[in-house]
Amino acid sequence: MTVALRILDDGAWVSVNDDRKVSVSELWRFPDPEFCGCDLTDMVVEGFVEVGVDGRTIEVRAYGQCIACGASATTKWLPVGRVVDGSFHDIDRESVLTPTVRE
Amino acid sequence: MPTDVERWKSAVYGNEIREHLFEFAEEGWESIPEDEHDAWFERFKWWGLYHQRNGQESYFMMRIGTPNGVLEPGQLRVVGEIADEFARGPGTNPIFGDAYADWTTRQSIQLHWIRLEDVPAIFEKLEENGMSTQQACGDSWRNIVGNPVAGKDAQEVVDAWPVIRELNETFKGDDDHSNLPRKWKVSVTGSADGSGQGDINDLAFEPAYKDVDGDEQVGFNVRVGGGLARNEERFARDIDVWVAPENVSAVAGGLSALFRDYGDRENRYNARIKFLVDEWGPEKVRNVLQDEYVDFEMHTAGRDVREEYTYNTGKGDRNDLIGVHEQKDGNYFVGLNVLVGRMGAEDVLELADLADEYGSGEVRLSQRQNVIVTDVPEENLDDFLAEDLLDDYSPDPSPFMRGSVACTGTEFCSLSIVETKNRQVRFARWLKQNVELPEDVDQFHIHLSGCTASCAQPQIADVSLRGMKTRKDGEPVEALDVGLGGGLGDEPQFARWVTQRVPVDEVPGAIRNLVGRFAENREGEESFREFVARHDDEELDAFVEPEETDYDDPMMHNTKMTWYPYAEDDSMDASPSPADD
Ligand code: HEM
Ligand code: SF4
Repeated sequence: MTVALRILDDGAWVSVNDDRKVSVSELWRFPDPEFCGCDLTDMVVEGFVEVGVDGRTIEVRAYGQCIACGASATTKWLPVGRVVDGSFHDIDRESVLTPTVRE
Repeated sequence: MPTDVERWKSAVYGNEIREHLFEFAEEGWESIPEDEHDAWFERFKWWGLYHQRNGQESYFMMRIGTPNGVLEPGQLRVVGEIADEFARGPGTNPIFGDAYADWTTRQSIQLHWIRLEDVPAIFEKLEENGMSTQQACGDSWRNIVGNPVAGKDAQEVVDAWPVIRELNETFKGDDDHSNLPRKWKVSVTGSADGSGQGDINDLAFEPAYKDVDGDEQVGFNVRVGGGLARNEERFARDIDVWVAPENVSAVAGGLSALFRDYGDRENRYNARIKFLVDEWGPEKVRNVLQDEYVDFEMHTAGRDVREEYTYNTGKGDRNDLIGVHEQKDGNYFVGLNVLVGRMGAEDVLELADLADEYGSGEVRLSQRQNVIVTDVPEENLDDFLAEDLLDDYSPDPSPFMRGSVACTGTEFCSLSIVETKNRQVRFARWLKQNVELPEDVDQFHIHLSGCTASCAQPQIADVSLRGMKTRKDGEPVEALDVGLGGGLGDEPQFARWVTQRVPVDEVPGAIRNLVGRFAENREGEESFREFVARHDDEELDAFVEPEETDYDDPMMHNTKMTWYPYAEDDSMDASPSPADD
C-alpha cells in the first residue's frame, strides 16, 4: 500500500494521503547533541524540510529553534506517526522523541 | 525533479481552475476526490481561496484583490453584504463577532469561513459589481499596490492610478503570465511620500524625473526583488531603468516573463525573484531584460524623490494616511484607523452609507490596514467627523492604535505559531491606557506577525513582534521575538531582532519599559528609530526588559492545537468541520 507524503505551504504542514497531519508550532523534545548543547533539545517546529517513510513509521526532518538555548537548526529524522491499515496514527509528540538512524 | 505543486500547475492552472471550482461547488465539498485535496486546494488559491487551517476543513479564506485598494462607489457595500451573508462560520470571535472583513497589508480584502458551495453566488455578486478574487493568491500577479489616494493626492508627482489599472487589466487572466514560479507582487507609486512601499515588493515603480530629448519628463524608476518572507528579507534593488508611464506595461510584462522563464521551479523556497536578483545582480537583470524582453532601448534611471519619503519612516509627517488631508481638487480625504484591519460587517455597511452621504461613495484601503474615505467636500467635514462610527474608527487615534498592524495568525492560518489579531487589540488597548510616549511623538508602529512569512510586515516597524514559543514555569506558552528600529524611507532599514522568546503576557510590560528607557535616554527630538540606530543589540536587549503587569493574556496556551482558539470547547476533537451539507 502506498502512502502519499508531502510538505506544503512553504513547509507549514505534512500531508499524509491528502490530509494535514502534522503542523508547525508544535514543541518537540529530543536528544541531539548536534542540534544544540542542551541535554534535551526543546524545539518549536517552524518548518518541515523532508518527509519519508521507514517501514510503517512516518518520519520528518524539521527546521526550528531550541527554546531553551536559542539555537536554530534542522533535525535528524524524527518519527511523527505510523501508518496502520493505510491510515495515519499520531505518535505522542509531547513526550520525548527518539531520532532514528538512517543510512 | 519538479515539485508536486509544479506538477499540479502543469496539469490544470489559471483561468481553467474556475470551471472545476464551480463544478465542485455545485456538487458539494464531498465531491472533491479525497486523494486530490492537496492539488485542488493549491489550485484554488489562484482564484483567491485558501483552505483554512486544520480543524477548519471545508472552510476557506477568500481574498478579493482591489487594485491599489480602490473601492469604487457602491463596492464597499457589496463587500459588507457578502461578509454579512457568507463569512459566518461555527466560531464566534470574542472581539469582532460573527461576520467581519479584513483589510490587508497589500490593500486587499479577506473574508473567512467561506463555504465552497457559496463561491459561485459570491463570484457573481462580486463580478456584477466590478470586483474579483482572480489571482488574489497563487503563483501569479497579485493585487497591485500603491499610494491608495493616487489621482487625488496633493503630494503627487505623477498619477499612478491609470498605470495600475492598465497593469491590472493586462495581467489579470493573461495566460502568458498566469503560471509563474511563485507569487509576483507589484507596487506602483506616484506620490512623493513612499506610501506604495515599493521596497518590499518583487517589482516596484517609483516616481522619478528624466531628461528625455532636452525635456524633463515624469515617470518611474524600477526596482526589483524585495520581500520580507522567511528570514530572507530583501529591499528591492535598483536596476537603473527609468520608464515613461505609457511604457510601464511593457517593462513590467518583460520582468514578469523573465521571472517566468528564469525563476527556480525546482525549489519553492528559492523561487521568489529576490533570489534571482541575488544570484544575477541588478546589472544582469537589466541586461537580460533589455536583450530578451523589451524591444525598445530603455533609459537609465532618472532623478528620484526618495529623500522626500515619509511613509512608515518613523519620522516627519505622513507616516500613515490617517486624518484629514486636502486633495488636489480641493475636497478632502479622511483616513480612519481600523485597529488590526478588521471591521464587523455591520460597521462596513454603515461606513458605506457614510461614504455615500458625505463623500462620493468611494473608499480606499491603505497598506497599514486602514480605510480612507475620499472626496469629502469641505462643508461636509464637520458633520462627517462628528459621526458616532468614527469613535471606533478614529481619524485621530492614539499612537498605539494607529501604529498597530497584525496578520491573521492561529485563528485561521496554517503557517502560524501564535494568536495575533485579537492579541494585538488587547496590547494596543493596554498600551493606550498605561504607556506615555514623549509629548512630540505621535507615531509608534508595532507590527505583529504570527510566523516568519511576515504578512504584517514586522521588519519595517518601530517594534516588530514575531510568533515563537517558550516555556514559563515549565509550561509551553506562546511567545514573541522582539525586533526594533525598522522602517522605510530613502534609506530603509529592517528591524534588528534584539530580544528572543518573550512570553506573550510580558510583552506589554516590555514595551512600557522600552518606551520609558527611550524617554529617559533620548537625545533632543530624536525619533525612536534613530534612538535604536544609536545603540547596539545588547543595550537594546537590556532596554526591553520583559515584565508581568496587570495585562492578562487569555491565549497563552498553544492556540494552534485548538480547532478555533475562542471556542468554548476548543479541542480538535470538538471541531465541527467538515461542515455538513
Ligand atoms: C503558503 C502559505 C502562505 C504563505 C507562504 C504566506 C506568506 C505571505 C507573505 C510572505 C505575505 C506578504 C509579505 C510580503 O510582503 O512579502 C503574505 C500576505 C498575507 N497573508 Fe499569507 N501566507 C500564506 C498563507 C496565508 C493564509 C492561509 C492566510 C490566512 C488564512 C494568510 C494571510 C495573509 C495576509 C492577511 C497577508 C497580507 C495581505 C495580502 O497579501 O494581501 N496567508 N502572506
Ligand atoms: S505571518 Fe504567518 S501567521 Fe501571519 S498570516 Fe502570514 S503566514 Fe499566517
